[in-house]
Amino acid sequence: MSDYNFAYLDEQTKRMIRRAILKGLAIPGYQVPFASREMPMPYGWGTGGVQVSAATLTPEDTLKVIDQGADDTTNAVSIRKFFEKTAGVATTEETARASVIQTRHRIPEETLREDQILVYQVPIPEPLRFLEPRETETRKMHSLEEYGLMHVKLYEDISQHGAIATSYAYPVKVEGRYVMDPSPIPKFDNPKMEMAAIQLFGAGREQRIYALPPYCKVVSLDFEDYPFEASKADHPCDLCAAEDSYLDEVIVDDAGGRMFVCSDTDFCRARRAAGHTGAQGVPHKEGTT
Amino acid sequence: MTPLLQVRDVARFYGSRVGCRDVSFDLYPGEVMGIVGESGSGKSTLLNCLAGQLAPDAGEVLFDTRTDGLRDTLRMSEPERRMLGRTDWAFVHQHARDGLRMGVSAGGNVGERLMAVGGRHYGEIRGAAIDWLGRVEIPEDRIDDRPTAFSGGMQQRLQIARNLVTGPRLVFMDEPTGGLDVSVQARLLDLLRGLVREMGLSAIIVTHDLAVVRLLADRLMVMKDGHVVETGLTDQVLDDPQHAYTQLLVSSVLQV
Repeated sequence: MSDYNFAYLDEQTKRMIRRAILKGLAIPGYQVPFASREMPMPYGWGTGGVQVSAATLTPEDTLKVIDQGADDTTNAVSIRKFFEKTAGVATTEETARASVIQTRHRIPEETLREDQILVYQVPIPEPLRFLEPRETETRKMHSLEEYGLMHVKLYEDISQHGAIATSYAYPVKVEGRYVMDPSPIPKFDNPKMEMAAIQLFGAGREQRIYALPPYCKVVSLDFEDYPFEASKADHPCDLCAAEDSYLDEVIVDDAGGRMFVCSDTDFCRARRAAGHTGAQGVPHKEGTT
Repeated sequence: MTPLLQVRDVARFYGSRVGCRDVSFDLYPGEVMGIVGESGSGKSTLLNCLAGQLAPDAGEVLFDTRTDGLRDTLRMSEPERRMLGRTDWAFVHQHARDGLRMGVSAGGNVGERLMAVGGRHYGEIRGAAIDWLGRVEIPEDRIDDRPTAFSGGMQQRLQIARNLVTGPRLVFMDEPTGGLDVSVQARLLDLLRGLVREMGLSAIIVTHDLAVVRLLADRLMVMKDGHVVETGLTDQVLDDPQHAYTQLLVSSVLQV
């Protein structure tokens, strides 16, 4: 037992955040302002996601934290430890066993279920921000559904690069109404957002929460003659030979050597445990990763 | 013929000061109305009231919409008014920077209104942008350059292209030639005159430059201290001014 209130935040704060989450779920894609608290970590390290997770967790939950798909990076490890200490909840690296998954910039490869909640860390919740710097104006654009400007950005992409070069934080339209920033997930993950699990988005510095209820319609914006395309490196995973997972490119020496590995470490580990071995992988041994 | 725009007793106050008051006129399709007056005479206030950018304190502005006929634009809902601002109306600002997105390429600037009314085909949007850049004499190879790389005259022409691409019926212009040197002004005026005639546009032009209204406007309204002091056909007002202020205005023009 620790001296912290369950999951660090006080009960009134958690109620306030839950109200924002419920409102967000009622209006999919709408950014609900909330009174973001100081957290014992710097802005940009997932303070929004942590507050949403804290308000969502119950003592019976099992938490998984990933950072760019990986369970073992600094950000993921420290947030997992934070909740182990302040909430005493069980943690796991296995997607299937988790009931709450906090993520930075990825959706797990494994299909999520109705009894799971996916919490995103969001740096900038406003998809129109870099096109229109005034908050008063972007709010008006959302309320009046004036989203022509979003397509101006995609137009600029095509005119400069010959294709829509936006590859992450690719804007989506939710239930035919709100245009939403899916947080900086690769556009490869965009089609997965129509899922069974609840998706919650928390932006701590910007003090916004938004949400997608299960099976919400999420459409990536595009042009008729330049349709949306979910892209990934054209390569199988070098460790587990998966053809359909999102890959990280890892430089392995100074001579230009590189390998492509699954960004979802749990997915890759599970595949190797099941006997799949990629070009540079070694057969899986029990008790290793 | 029904007027395209009917203005009735429009007034706007800034506290106890008068911005403009008791302004009424009709504008018919294809007609160009000039509003002249000195600085502070209320002409820009009036223009902003008519274009829905400023809420008048009294009066009616009736516009003959394509779908619903005559509507009071001041009592429309904001989405309707903004839709009108993207389709049937156009607003050309004095400073091109106010009317353009400086961080977006020329093509994107022209295409924005098309995308705002639902254009979702890149090829068609780009085609329209190229067509319009040609019509305002901007070379096609500048389409992917940002307006920051354009001269003042080009920026102003780009702003005109951006506004006219959706085929508006009424154009509001606030000193469209202000700040440009005379040779550039002359070409811009030539272009505007051509476009107005060719597209059958109605326009309301606010300016303090009498040469501009002489060239462009069919009718003229002279304002002073927030009131309209004289109206009439442009040539009639300029050649035979009746009101003392109009006489002063006409006689103040420097002869080269």
